[in-house]
Amino acid sequence: MRRGSLYIGAGLVGLFIALALVSLAWTPYDVQVLEIFNKMKPPSATNWLGTDHFGRDILSMIMEGGQVSIAVAFVAVGLGMGLGVPLGLAAAANRGSLLDELIMRSNDVVFAFPALLIAILITAIFGPSAINAIIAIGIFNIPVFARMSRGAALELWTRDFIFAARVAGKGRVRISAEHILPNIANLLIVQGTIQFSLAILAEAALSYVGLGAQPPTPSWGRMLADSQTLASQAPHLVLAPGLSIVLMVLGLNMLGDALRDALDPRLQRGAK
Amino acid sequence: MSLLRIDDLSLSIGTMPILKGISFACAAGQITGLIGESGSGKSMTAYAITQLLPKGAICSGQILLDGDNLLAKTETQMCALRGDDIGLVFQEPMTALNPVKTIGAQVAETVRLHRGASRAEAAAIARDTLNRVGLPAAQFPLGRYPHELSGGQRQRVVIAMAIALRPRLLIADEPTTALDVTTQAGILALLRQLVNEDGMGLILISHDLGVVADMADDLVIMRHGEVVEAGPNAQVFATQNHPYTRALIRASAHQPSRDDYQGETPLLQVEGLVRDYALPRTSLFAAPGRFRAVDGVSFTLRKGENLGLVGESGCGKSTLTRAILGLESIQAGRITINGQPVIAGQSMPAEMRRHLQVVFQDPYASFNPRHKVARLVAEPFHLIADAPQGPARRKAVAEVLQSVGLQPSDADRYIHEFSGGQRQRIAIARALITRPELIVLDEAVSALDVSIRAQILDLLADLSSRFGLSYLFISHDLHVVRKITDRVMVMQAGKIVESGETEAVFAAPQHPYTAALIKAAPQLKVEAKDDELVV
Amino acid sequence: MLHYATKRLISLVLSLFAASVVIFTAIEVIPGDTASFMLGINARPDTVAALRAELGLDLGMVPRYFSWISGMLTGDFGTSYTYRRPVVEMVAGRMWVSLPLAVYALTLSTLIAFPVGIIAASRRGGWADKSIMGATQLGIAVPNFWFAVLMVQIFAIKWGWFRAGGFPGWDNPFQAFRALTLPAIVLALPQAAILARIMRSGLIDTLDADFMRTARAKGRTARGALWHHALRNAMIPVLTILGLQFSFLLAGAIIIEQVFFLPGIGRLIFTAISQRDLIVVESVVMLLVFAVIMLTFLVDLAYAWVDPRLRRRAI
Repeated sequence: MRRGSLYIGAGLVGLFIALALVSLAWTPYDVQVLEIFNKMKPPSATNWLGTDHFGRDILSMIMEGGQVSIAVAFVAVGLGMGLGVPLGLAAAANRGSLLDELIMRSNDVVFAFPALLIAILITAIFGPSAINAIIAIGIFNIPVFARMSRGAALELWTRDFIFAARVAGKGRVRISAEHILPNIANLLIVQGTIQFSLAILAEAALSYVGLGAQPPTPSWGRMLADSQTLASQAPHLVLAPGLSIVLMVLGLNMLGDALRDALDPRLQRGAK
Repeated sequence: MSLLRIDDLSLSIGTMPILKGISFACAAGQITGLIGESGSGKSMTAYAITQLLPKGAICSGQILLDGDNLLAKTETQMCALRGDDIGLVFQEPMTALNPVKTIGAQVAETVRLHRGASRAEAAAIARDTLNRVGLPAAQFPLGRYPHELSGGQRQRVVIAMAIALRPRLLIADEPTTALDVTTQAGILALLRQLVNEDGMGLILISHDLGVVADMADDLVIMRHGEVVEAGPNAQVFATQNHPYTRALIRASAHQPSRDDYQGETPLLQVEGLVRDYALPRTSLFAAPGRFRAVDGVSFTLRKGENLGLVGESGCGKSTLTRAILGLESIQAGRITINGQPVIAGQSMPAEMRRHLQVVFQDPYASFNPRHKVARLVAEPFHLIADAPQGPARRKAVAEVLQSVGLQPSDADRYIHEFSGGQRQRIAIARALITRPELIVLDEAVSALDVSIRAQILDLLADLSSRFGLSYLFISHDLHVVRKITDRVMVMQAGKIVESGETEAVFAAPQHPYTAALIKAAPQLKVEAKDDELVV
Repeated sequence: MLHYATKRLISLVLSLFAASVVIFTAIEVIPGDTASFMLGINARPDTVAALRAELGLDLGMVPRYFSWISGMLTGDFGTSYTYRRPVVEMVAGRMWVSLPLAVYALTLSTLIAFPVGIIAASRRGGWADKSIMGATQLGIAVPNFWFAVLMVQIFAIKWGWFRAGGFPGWDNPFQAFRALTLPAIVLALPQAAILARIMRSGLIDTLDADFMRTARAKGRTARGALWHHALRNAMIPVLTILGLQFSFLLAGAIIIEQVFFLPGIGRLIFTAISQRDLIVVESVVMLLVFAVIMLTFLVDLAYAWVDPRLRRRAI
């Protein structure tokens, strides 16, 4: 079951990433070209997923839309991890200090704002765009990673081998980098995969309400928004982007689960 | 007919055999001691009797409780027996109780399960039982939660739950291993008392020969899933048929041979050390209270000397150790090493640190699981300005591994590939590599099996004379301290209450606390007689 | 318990304060001159000046912040620039659609997730567990707005079990709930999937604890031990997630209102953004954050009820 999860998950994720990368250079049809006479055609030999209400090829739009979704999600999670993990480690290394309190309180405040609200605030000022979606989702990911790494680090700080490093004279920053970080790396990988899948969903939601990437850049969320009133007449318009999101997220979650099992620290501790 | 008779019991989990045809008996009103080191299968025997085995476990043979074969019973029938006819007490009192339920509810649960009693009736019986185990109503009302109790008190609650319905058989699996010496004595006395009052049979499982020798009427010695020797207490110790029995007794009584202590120069000096902690605030307006963990401690450790520090948990010895290592700030007093002061709160200069190394208690937690042994052992090199690099470093690591009895090739393996005893050797190697003058051993052998412990103590004694090392040996186990130290200090509530030459202190303790500790510690009294050890 | 509740209350007030500062800074400080931002680059200088006077922008930042806060505390959330009506009026009715929807969805997701998670944990490894894990895996991956569209197609349009949308108002509570039911189910299911998994893993972790072994030693059956001992302990990680869930559900409610034509906060706020009506955005965001923080406070109180170790903790 686990092996299967790993392969299916990796396969799905790999597929979408590949499609997105390919679309940087080539797509079956040009998504900028509108061919109204060809509109709303169901899936056929010429258009594998059919065409939308402007005659654009759905498959091509899915491929290009994937670029945005994956890029936004990836950068946002990277931002969250890159800022959140050092904060969490710093908080754990200075447990109980003012720094720790400050970081924890700030986390709590950010958690009170769902990613959507942060996006609303940002887009209200700066206008909607893919970059602002990245910032909004990224900001929400920072406390997630901070809290997670702080919790894991706190447990490690109580262990004897860290004490041994302190006796060896190593400072807190060095210990955090040399000993703590490598030991939470597995947790980070798993959490990162999960956050990635959540970020894909968040980006889709933001695009759906118009706060993400703007036209003419295609995005899965907006494809859904545009097509929902036509759902009865042309179900393929709704199914294609929706299923893409589902499959991508499903793939990431399966990958995350399989990685969690494979990298389980308990298995690493060996015979006891 | 004996209360419990085990006939040719075999147990395997999956394809791995755990118990290989064991047989022994336990009589009502008697205490049967089940002794073995880790991996002997003694805990699994307890699980087999109560049928609380993990999935995939297959039993064969017979377990007869008053003639009734337990292996033939259904789960429902076993549920009826557990708690009512068979009581079970486990090792870890800190986690054995449900943290979100009151102690009264947890004891009453046993009663309500088996007797269908009403809330009030069950509460009355619970109150009674808690009184019996030494938790009187005034300090321990039924509404107390487990987190408000100490380890020893929690263990008493666990015992209360097990004996509330006066079972025929009580099985106690290492009930005192996690407890302090004086607490341990109290729990063992309680168990003895309950056996006498209720006439129940007690199977006392332990790795500690001293504990079992004191308490048990019958002994069963296990090794690798087999019973190697069994019989009445006195007889087993007198005849010592099996070589393993002899080896166990020898290891328990083992005294490493050491040179007489010679040196005079002071190495570590502590004067008037005080360490206070601020307690968490209990009200928004009152100032936080202060707790004095170390209260005016002074002592001197001379070059080449082995100094012991004994005390129970909470006495402040861990705080004292951290202060000496420069990892705790102090409120008053001075610590000097080789004449140089240890400045509280500031990092110790590397030159000083390299002469002061530590070996910890838990051989499993003291190493970063992701590093290879070579890197782990060489970590203290961080403290030396011109530490050897490359081939010189490999050579240094190899040398130190050989000093502790391991192979140079072990440097390329991961820590999880080694057993507990081997890991402690690696920990000692790590402590040796900077050629320190003083090694602090913080409960360094407490987690090891008796036979391994003897080997490590030998190793430590040998290293001490070879390299002229001094040890600060911290332990709650007085008998270990007695074997390896020249002088000993006894710590209680932040103060040193007695100190002096080890033999003198043990033979004639001056302070009542020291006397109480020595009296409470279970010991195997052994004399050498005609090349054999007689108990 | 009182100590703990007081401490959490202080925390709540501090969080609200911090959140209000963040929102105020974002809306009134970052854009620079709020008035010209709202009116756009083509506005005439005298219109801008008039708006500035109306908004009191000539006062300093700190007085403006305090007048905003004191206004909110007395129920005055300002006047919408676009509609020229008090924000309170515009928001009140709509909040009473979005908030109940979120709470309804939270209740549903809890009611579904708990039994599912418990069944999966108690039959770990069996076919029930495997199929639940598979179903939840799928449930997590589904975006709720897409799910909403599909549900409307199937249940409302094809089969006519529910109305396709709209909200009849609270005069008839039964009809009101009926209108909110399909949206609540749509919101609840993906969240229930997450919650069921957390419940399951929390229970499985608890099942391995030492006190479970003690319970079995007393004569409890495996099932008895699970109900009487494991559940309450497993609630602790579940409660953590429940608090977070509410904020997701609120956001989700805002999003799917479009699909169900519900007169909630969603339409209001998105229109306000496109029209640059910052007053409305500011007040609505503050209200939503307030709702989330309040719920977190309630969850914290629930923690202390479940886990007695927290009750006596010092400040």
